[in-house]
Amino acid sequence: MSSDFTPSQKDAAQPESRAAGSELIRFDNVTKRFGDNVVLDDLEFSVSAGKHVTLIGPSGSGKTTILRLLMTLLTPDEGTITVDGDYLTHEERGGKLVPAGEKHVREVRKKIGMVFQQFNLFPNMKVLRNITEAPVHVLGLSKDEAEQRARELLELVGLTEHIDKYPLQLSGGQQQRVAIARALAMRPQVLLLDEVTSALDPELVAGVLDVLRDIAHSTDITMLCVTHEMGFARDISDDVLMFNEGKVIESGPPEKMFNDPEHERTREFLSAIL
Amino acid sequence: MNWNWDVVSDFMPYFWDGVVVTFQALAIGSLLAFTLGLVWAILQRSHRKWISWPVLSITEFIRNTPLLVQLFFLYYVVPEMGISMSALATGIVGLGLHYSTYTAEVYRAGIDGVPAGQWEAATALSLPRRRTWTSVILPQAFRRVVPALGNYVVAMLKDSPMIAVIGAFEMLGEARAFSNATFTIEAYAVVGVAFIVIAYPASLLIRALERRLVQ
Repeated sequence: MSSDFTPSQKDAAQPESRAAGSELIRFDNVTKRFGDNVVLDDLEFSVSAGKHVTLIGPSGSGKTTILRLLMTLLTPDEGTITVDGDYLTHEERGGKLVPAGEKHVREVRKKIGMVFQQFNLFPNMKVLRNITEAPVHVLGLSKDEAEQRARELLELVGLTEHIDKYPLQLSGGQQQRVAIARALAMRPQVLLLDEVTSALDPELVAGVLDVLRDIAHSTDITMLCVTHEMGFARDISDDVLMFNEGKVIESGPPEKMFNDPEHERTREFLSAIL
Repeated sequence: MNWNWDVVSDFMPYFWDGVVVTFQALAIGSLLAFTLGLVWAILQRSHRKWISWPVLSITEFIRNTPLLVQLFFLYYVVPEMGISMSALATGIVGLGLHYSTYTAEVYRAGIDGVPAGQWEAATALSLPRRRTWTSVILPQAFRRVVPALGNYVVAMLKDSPMIAVIGAFEMLGEARAFSNATFTIEAYAVVGVAFIVIAYPASLLIRALERRLVQ
């Protein structure tokens, strides 16, 4: 597996680079409800550019909701989300914040990529076209450029020989690696990983996590990761955020969070899953 | 009952005229039903109520009124509004429009059958809405709907004699005209056989398609 791949260095068209450590994602007073169920409760948090942040917590604590809000698969009921200085679901018009139009959302969203628990590859397209579809039709790359990019990424995820197969001809682990390549082909600044190994057979988990470790260590992409793989979280995270009932109750570097958590709820949660 | 083969051979020239009209109605009618149905199905899913609501109510209305009434309406009322077409064209539009409201339901089911994750992946990649439909959703939906669409072609074949009431003489219309003029009945039998000769292989074809497309 090659480890010299750095998306943002290879791409001349990348937006002007931000000073490392500047704030890339910000949630301000974000509330999300499903019916009477408050999933995110007046949530505040931010992630600096280039950081790898893992969200942990019991199921139903709102971790996945955060990723889905960032991907605009959901919209917040209250509050605002900022990505790289731009409001994600709002825009400023005449000094007032109004819900953003389709075009604005599309522009801001291009900075974000997502890998899903169930892969969600397009079964009607071969592996290559799964990866080139969006670069060609969203970023406007030529077919050759997009295919070149796809080949580099398939090499990164170790699937070069499967380029002409359909997703359903691949194992779950291979499909998920294609999905990672597909997300990276858009050169996002942020990569969202939503329980990416939860649907995999145990023996396939390691291959996917190796690829992600590789990406985490060799690129400056910002990662937001929801996972139950605590070993992986420890390896790649700069910060770990503990969620409970729609709020961040504790956060810190992985050594601190996993070895010496302060909050009682964090201790309970970790002892239950480790 | 006397069966006279001479009557059958006298009828044949008219029969072939009828067959041509039947196939024209079926082919163009199906094309119309398939394309209009897809348009309805997509518009019905629009988030804009002022688009989805009228489309939903019009298709519901057409689906729940008799084809015969619609044919009369198209043939006698619409020309009053300044749009006149030949009897055959009117019949084809009537069949196509009527069946498009059924194919719309077929497409709807096919589109609903595409997992939500496919829409989410398309959103995550920022694929434009049109591209999401044409390259992700519809190719997956089509596989599921082809057999059901085929069934409606057979149903349309069986409804095609209705266009005779407005003067588009397909097979049965020709048979009726011929039999009335000659006081014979053989032509009806010929047409009955013709229907099964067309419809049964068509059904078999649809079943074969179903086996191939739906694994």
